[in-house]
Amino acid sequence: MGVKLLLDKAHVPGIRTYDVYRREGGYRSVEKALKEMNPESIVEEVKKSGLRGRGGAGFPAGMKWSFIAKPEGVPRHLVCNADESEPGTFKDRYLMEFLPHLLLEGLIVSSFALGSNDTYIYIRGEYAWITDILEEAIKEAHANGWLGKNILGTGFDCAIHVQRGAGAYICGEETALIESLEGNRGNPRIKPPFPAIQGVWQRPTVVNNVETLASIGPIINMGGDEYAKIGVGRSTGTKLISACGNINKPGVYEIDMTISVEDFIYSDEFCGGIANGKKLKACIPGGSSVPILPANLLLKTAKGETRYMNYESLSDGGFATGSMMGSGGFIVLDEDQCIVKNTYTLARFYRHESCGQCSPCREGTGWMEKILQKIETGKGSMSDIDLLWDIQRKIEGNTICPLGDAAAWPVAAAIRHFRDEFEWHINNPDLSQTSNFGLQHYADPIHVPA
Amino acid sequence: MLCVQSIEKKRFYMSIQFNEQQMTECKRLVARYPEGKQKSALLPVLHLAQESFDGWLSTETMDYVASVLSIEPIEVYEVASFYSMYNLKPVGQFVFEVCQTGPCMISGSDNIITYIQQQLDIKPGETTKDGIFTLKLVECLGACGYAPMMQVGKIYKEHLTKEKVDAIITEYRSQAAAKN
Amino acid sequence: MSEQILFKVTIDNITIEVPAGTTILQAARKIGGTVAPPAMCYYSKLQGSGGKCRTCLVEVAKGSEKDPRPMPKLVASCRTTVMDGMEVKNITSDKVIDARAGVVEFLLLNHPLDCPICDQAGECHLQDLSFEHGKSETRYEFQRRTFKKHDLGKNIQLHMTRCILCYRCVFTADQLTNKRVHGILDRGDHAEIATHIEKSLDNEFIGNVIDVCPVGALTDKTFRFKNRVWFLKPMDAHRDCPTCSGRVTLWNRGDEVYRVTARKDEWGEIEDTPDGKPGWICNTCRFDKKETSDWVIEGPRAISRQSVIAQGHYAGNVGMTKPTETFKAVNGGRTPHLLLDIHDESEVNQSQIHLGKIHGPAHGDTFNNKIENA
Repeated sequence: MGVKLLLDKAHVPGIRTYDVYRREGGYRSVEKALKEMNPESIVEEVKKSGLRGRGGAGFPAGMKWSFIAKPEGVPRHLVCNADESEPGTFKDRYLMEFLPHLLLEGLIVSSFALGSNDTYIYIRGEYAWITDILEEAIKEAHANGWLGKNILGTGFDCAIHVQRGAGAYICGEETALIESLEGNRGNPRIKPPFPAIQGVWQRPTVVNNVETLASIGPIINMGGDEYAKIGVGRSTGTKLISACGNINKPGVYEIDMTISVEDFIYSDEFCGGIANGKKLKACIPGGSSVPILPANLLLKTAKGETRYMNYESLSDGGFATGSMMGSGGFIVLDEDQCIVKNTYTLARFYRHESCGQCSPCREGTGWMEKILQKIETGKGSMSDIDLLWDIQRKIEGNTICPLGDAAAWPVAAAIRHFRDEFEWHINNPDLSQTSNFGLQHYADPIHVPA
Repeated sequence: MLCVQSIEKKRFYMSIQFNEQQMTECKRLVARYPEGKQKSALLPVLHLAQESFDGWLSTETMDYVASVLSIEPIEVYEVASFYSMYNLKPVGQFVFEVCQTGPCMISGSDNIITYIQQQLDIKPGETTKDGIFTLKLVECLGACGYAPMMQVGKIYKEHLTKEKVDAIITEYRSQAAAKN
Repeated sequence: MSEQILFKVTIDNITIEVPAGTTILQAARKIGGTVAPPAMCYYSKLQGSGGKCRTCLVEVAKGSEKDPRPMPKLVASCRTTVMDGMEVKNITSDKVIDARAGVVEFLLLNHPLDCPICDQAGECHLQDLSFEHGKSETRYEFQRRTFKKHDLGKNIQLHMTRCILCYRCVFTADQLTNKRVHGILDRGDHAEIATHIEKSLDNEFIGNVIDVCPVGALTDKTFRFKNRVWFLKPMDAHRDCPTCSGRVTLWNRGDEVYRVTARKDEWGEIEDTPDGKPGWICNTCRFDKKETSDWVIEGPRAISRQSVIAQGHYAGNVGMTKPTETFKAVNGGRTPHLLLDIHDESEVNQSQIHLGKIHGPAHGDTFNNKIENA
């Protein structure tokens, strides 16, 4: 079912190597782009494709490219954001691990479009073995004339360098990534100036996610218009979803954004249903920072319409009854999971990953963690819930970078949808340490057992 | 005063220094960045230094890195203490970094963490008496679909069960024994 | 000089024209008074400062004449430049008041509140900020953060628990000295100012970190516990210094010089010297010249900030004239005397009762029955 543009060749034996990748039709887009197109027309195709940034924010990629400043004599840089750290997300890892040349192909075309002669892949430090895979692939591409000086005789020079991070979620934020690339602490910069004007080493810079850049090859091959025909509305093309949690088949799936959430969870082609015959309780559909949804709001929107796996449908209802596509980290929770504990571990994550630069995030994330721990260990009081709500409200929107929002949203959504579970924890301090609130009324309306 | 300084300098140059191969790698890393932007190589060079000098970054090591990159030592301390992968204290030969974030938690990482603690008889952050294992609890490593998991050096150990943990501990124990 | 482009900006319903490139905060400071948002990390003399503390958040109700859309989020006024026709709400915005109260609460969350023993008390920006925008009680019930103590040498005292991580001292060391030895170590809620290895800060201009520190995190060790600032007379003075401008404020009591600082303006920032450069002072002037004879006294320092220092009768426009009224004269003929000896009057001070061990407020019973709650 569905079109596959990125992972269609993922299972070809040896696809990781250049020879097999090339034999399977790889690097055609580089030939086409460098020989038949010019930077402007490539940007135009990407704009037409409607491709939206796959890192989480969903900003149109072509638009982002068109913002890059082109001052005379100043080098420009393309930086690939491979600092995949959002809990629940492991799609970029899959792409790079199995299809490194697909990423390189996209990178070369994009570098040509943006005029980047030195392109950097900033990869999270923990993905050390993937760094080796990428370095190997770069060597192969070099040896075969796709990188280096005067590529394909067009006069275009391009080198790709891989830089490992060293363990900091915040470096997935583009300005923090740029700081880190410069060898500094990963403190996000205050915008403006935006990276497109002053990025790495104060030079115009575009930072794109791995999946976004890997999609460039297919877009050039098929043309922006064709690409835009896949999917629905402003959710064009295909999207990688990394599914995890209590499902039968965790893994990375490529979907064409017309599939319903229900199909995605229950069909054998994708998640294969809830593991161990349990029932669905809740789901965080786009990486840990997006709002958690109870089953009854996940499969159908508040209006009772089917919810689909795309940008618009997942956010239908706003934060009141909807969520977000985010980075595509799809975390499924079954009936045995405790929402309070889940929220607590996420709050701990954000406290741990806050860079500490601005006060609401530095102080607020730790405070929320402590209160959630208190409730989780049966020592909470009712006023703690309201306090949590107030803290998250004061963090959201008031910080330098989106980590503040990312820390606030999971707490807000957990309280919004599961307040009675929090209250149960507080009212039953002993019981909550040994048993679980369970499914209660969160059961999904479709798959309720007879 | 001058005299003391020069002696100290000599001492750390003697104990902490990249060998030829490491120096070549260091130069390759620095060459990837524009002229005068050698500080950009700090993260990769710190990784290299950590691998080269006992798996952790001592003050001497960081001072050495600063001198290699011609930057101030404080710039190195600032960066090294920011990122969670750099160990600023000595660690065991093998560091078990077990993920405890949401997706791993809902897949049962708590049990695995407890089990490792029992098997190694150490708490998170501690090193076994024989200096072989260090246990660290870390946040999301991007292996949520293969949870619970931990990282040992460059390698991800995924779909952990108690049996797998036993096998991993045995594997590294014998590796350590072979080394000594 | 080429003609400057002027932008019209309205802040809290007051319109002003400022040169293009001016930040909202600078424009608001031009208007002055309560229109100027508070700023804890921004420091106009330090490049790159600002944006971090979030106390200066304002609402932009109208982006500009060309693009009148409001900005979706509150913005840091210290780092946002004005556009022509922009309309900004500071204290006229409920959103701003609410967010600012939140920021103050966050800043005080782990603050030790040790003002009674803090040398910065009386000239502390965090005190002013909490007084104006904070709440009277905390909702935080957990243990406050502590840090390992670091010694920064003989001149500068570091109290990390009071630090709000404004980064001003880091910028100061970067921009005034040739070699920075302190910095921000660790991250998140454990980030701290430190040197990593015990190292004293001894660059000739490093003492300026004391002046830029908005709180009591970095204070003058030579002044430590010597006096409260509001008991001191600030006097402008200068000396012929080979290293710096030598233009300072002396903090005297009688003839004794207790402390030397740079001259600060109404925003708490270092004043410019007549040649237009920031009047940073050197360590020699600050720490070593503690005799009146070292200085040429110019006169009393005008302290226009609404701080307790202004309560000192030597400040501001009052001038050098000593008040002629005696205490007796203004107090109905009574001479001051000790009204009661607290040890005679109160049983609370009986040594056998340990107040610290009483759970909750003390009652008469506690003392009458000599109950001690362990």
